[in-house]
Amino acid sequence: MDLQGFGHLLLSGTWVTLQLAFTSLFFGLVLGLAGAAAALAPIAPLRWLATTYNTLMRGIPELLLVLIIYFGATELIERLTGSYVEVNAFAAGVAALSIAFGAYATEVFRSALLEIPKGQREAAVALGMRRWDTFRRIVLPQLWRIALPGLGNLFLVLLKDTALVSVVGLEDLMRQAYVAAGFTKLPFTFYMAAAGIYLVLTIISMQVIQRLERWANRGYLGARA
Amino acid sequence: MSAATLEVVDIHKRYGDHEVLKGVDLTARDGDVISIIGSSGSGKSTFLRCLNLLEQPSRGQICLRGEALRLAPDKHGELHAVDRRQLERMRARIGFVFQNFNLWPHMTILDNIILAPMLVGGLGRKAAVERAEALLYKVGLHDKRKVYPGNLSGGQMQRVAIARTLAMEPELILFDEPTSALDPELVNEVLGVMQGLAEEGRTMLIVTHEMRFARDVSTQVMFLHQGRVEEFGPPSRVFTTPESARCREFLASHL
Repeated sequence: MDLQGFGHLLLSGTWVTLQLAFTSLFFGLVLGLAGAAAALAPIAPLRWLATTYNTLMRGIPELLLVLIIYFGATELIERLTGSYVEVNAFAAGVAALSIAFGAYATEVFRSALLEIPKGQREAAVALGMRRWDTFRRIVLPQLWRIALPGLGNLFLVLLKDTALVSVVGLEDLMRQAYVAAGFTKLPFTFYMAAAGIYLVLTIISMQVIQRLERWANRGYLGARA
Repeated sequence: MSAATLEVVDIHKRYGDHEVLKGVDLTARDGDVISIIGSSGSGKSTFLRCLNLLEQPSRGQICLRGEALRLAPDKHGELHAVDRRQLERMRARIGFVFQNFNLWPHMTILDNIILAPMLVGGLGRKAAVERAEALLYKVGLHDKRKVYPGNLSGGQMQRVAIARTLAMEPELILFDEPTSALDPELVNEVLGVMQGLAEEGRTMLIVTHEMRFARDVSTQVMFLHQGRVEEFGPPSRVFTTPESARCREFLASHL
């Protein structure tokens, strides 16, 4: 495949896509854990907050979320402060993708938390362990094991949803493929090249997720691969 | 006379309108092995779980060696510890062995045993491992220290759970039906370990359906019926000449 000297452009786009995906994954996981904790909290307003977040963010197309955050935030800042500040496209993309990922991850974490038997926590507190230690050493590792397949799936979706951020001009893989295709008038070549790269990233991610699952399942009967 | 190991007074527990415990008192002194027997629904497990606040009592006092656990009711009328640190300190001194073992499946046997001594007891890793290995010898499972709980039989898991509790060097151990989840052929290996602990002079409260064990190993037997103590005394008396008619009936159908 002759990329007419645009290969480096696709590579730099791939790098941006990966940065976008992993930064959003990090903040999305934090939001998801916080959302699940709120959804199961004994305090009613926290539960309402979690439900609202969940319903709202899963009810809006992610493309719309990107546009709202990127253009909406600029407009809002201008109205509030009177000065025009352009929102960073990367930050807007991370915000939109994290918020969406977090909403779905909330559900994954919530059901995983409910799956951990109560006795697991009781055994820890009965030995005098503090709540934080109990969460960190007993709950969290088991939470990972149960949540990993669901989270892995969400990450694969996230990886491709990063392409949505190209609409606000972020020079990710999608955007660079579009630019190169327009410039060279070879859309088939460049879109197929981009598709190939997304596919390779997905396959690598799947392998990594599989390894993580195997590691998290160590010691569990019938779950050893 | 020195303070009792554990003294509980007037423990009540209600779920909504249903009162499961209607004022239970108990004093355990060093070396006491007290079996708590009764039919299912008599409140015996609930009582045991109230002693270290795995279950919130509605009323009552709990004293460990003369130190009263400070309790205050919430809006539902359930008692909670006023000082979480005090509760954690007291729990560290009271062992608890569960019916379903509750070993942590993501850790090896050794890690299950050393975690609390390191996090709660402030032991270094080396000292914790030494203590754990000695305990694993004691329960006959030293060769399993690198194994995960999922690879053990129920009887082995319960022996590990007992070792995990012993690693905190508790002043008193509560056993909540420790053999009820086991296949019949695995019961004796666990009872054997418990009998050994009793012979060492450990203070134990045991909720159990194993009447022969209760009769042979206990220093005292408590019979609970509908949330009240119906009979209390040494096994030689309770098992031969119980005063309560209900206790007589219960023993007749369980011996």
